[in-house]
Amino acid sequence: MPPLLELVDVTARYGPVQALHGVSLTVGEGEIVAVLGANGAGKTTTLRAISNTVRREGEIRFGGKAVGRKGPESVARFGIAHVPEGRGTFAELTVWENLRLGAYSRRGSVKDDFARVLSYFPWIQDRRNQQAGTLSGGEQQMLALARAFMQRPRLLLLDEPSLGLAPVLVTEVFRIVRELNEHEGLTVLVVEQNAHIALQVAQTAYVLEVGRVALSGPSAELQEHESVRRSYLGY
Amino acid sequence: MEAVRRLNYRERRANRIGTGVSPAVVIALVAAAIFLLVGSLLSPIFAQQTVAGLAQGAVFASLALALVLIYRATEVINFAQGEMAMATTYFAYQLTLWHVSYWWAFFLTLIIAFFFGAIVQVAIIRPVQRSVIAVVIVTVGMFVLIDGLVTWKWGADLKFMPAPFGNTVYHVGSVAFARQDIGTLVVTIISVVLLWVLFKFTKLGLAMRAAALRPASAALVGVRVNRMLAIGWGLAAVLGAVAGLMTEPTVFLQPTMMQAVLLYAFAAAVLGGLESPAGAVIGGLALGVFLNLVGQYVGFATSELRLPIAFAVLLIVLLVKPHGLFGSKQVRRV
Repeated sequence: MPPLLELVDVTARYGPVQALHGVSLTVGEGEIVAVLGANGAGKTTTLRAISNTVRREGEIRFGGKAVGRKGPESVARFGIAHVPEGRGTFAELTVWENLRLGAYSRRGSVKDDFARVLSYFPWIQDRRNQQAGTLSGGEQQMLALARAFMQRPRLLLLDEPSLGLAPVLVTEVFRIVRELNEHEGLTVLVVEQNAHIALQVAQTAYVLEVGRVALSGPSAELQEHESVRRSYLGY
Repeated sequence: MEAVRRLNYRERRANRIGTGVSPAVVIALVAAAIFLLVGSLLSPIFAQQTVAGLAQGAVFASLALALVLIYRATEVINFAQGEMAMATTYFAYQLTLWHVSYWWAFFLTLIIAFFFGAIVQVAIIRPVQRSVIAVVIVTVGMFVLIDGLVTWKWGADLKFMPAPFGNTVYHVGSVAFARQDIGTLVVTIISVVLLWVLFKFTKLGLAMRAAALRPASAALVGVRVNRMLAIGWGLAAVLGAVAGLMTEPTVFLQPTMMQAVLLYAFAAAVLGGLESPAGAVIGGLALGVFLNLVGQYVGFATSELRLPIAFAVLLIVLLVKPHGLFGSKQVRRV
């Protein structure tokens, strides 16, 4: 069986600036994979290449089939949910409308999905008519997860979920990511600056340096790796 | 290239949070409503002028709403909105020449207007939509183009359509209401309410709001942003057609019929806050009533002063409340 997601020698550029110099990685069904690296290493661009929100070359296969170049709308319809930098919250809309938009590309009732979302995020029930922009940062991150979950994705792309959150909330966000992975079989590709927590949650990790994969392997091995410890874990 | 162009949706605005309606504005609106009600009960002429003003204001409101719809989605004022409305009114006229009855022509025209607006977006606006200035210039160009084409096809002289509501006058006590005014008011209210239901309660409406507010995020959940923009332009053109058809009975059909209306609609939209559909509607109604009452009771304010007075109102609003009555505060949050 082919891996769920496969990137082969993917390059991407923003105008004259080359952001990815040939990234190859695979994500197996049911896995949590982390992408680590410093600022500007190409972590976010890797996710954007997958969701076709940046111009890219190279091959990307999802479920064995090539992901075309037809724009982010069609990638979303394949079953890839991308929670981008800034979380992609529709700040002007209500919490409920944000969730409804998550299920946009599917027909039929969303009642069951909403009930399942509430089982992971019970606080949403009382806040469903609140404007999403008035939520706290942590709540907005949870809402972004919930919205992605409404999409019933086969793959969740998460960009820096810890950004701007208090440590307690970071732990909480990753606890829910792991729960979704264990209980719902959700496959996750997460980009993260916070290597500590990412290596704890992910089974496999890739380390990017200036647009290339510098290191990869099971998280447990990377945690022990000399240069990872020094550069990203700080001990 | 198309695919690449679509990747870079602009998201330049700050978060708009809260309804933006301050208590002072609500109190002022309630006070104005009480003033109009009491005035209408005391004086038949006041009542007549108020109803006629509401009817005119309803026309301003629907064109203002069209401007706001496009402003929210494309962040430009469509200067051709009035001329598009005028052109669609000529379509209706042509249909009546072909012996289509008025109300059939009315509904057919709304359908034609939808496709007209959508095609304009796809064929003319979309290729230049990455530059706001280019879009503005294109809409000004369309103004001239439509004006020229309509004059070439139908001529610049006055044309007349069948009267949609007749010339009946209703008498309630000593107050006389023109059926024309009531009809205009009812038609515009119905179209605005239908539009509100579409935006508020349907999945399509939600997707259109999402696409207008945050195109990049909308695309990530699978919303076809460009299609939503085209539908938005189509709906704006439908509103414009309603405004055009409701203007025709008072000024008759001529290529310049919507030019003043566009300016009033612009004033109404700014009065309401440019980004607020409810603001556009209330702004339009308020402007219509205000102009009529000033015309009736202020001696020197003859009809030549209507447009200047409208812009004096606009200027005062911008000085006192730059975001309009319903404009929201801009808030940024991490």
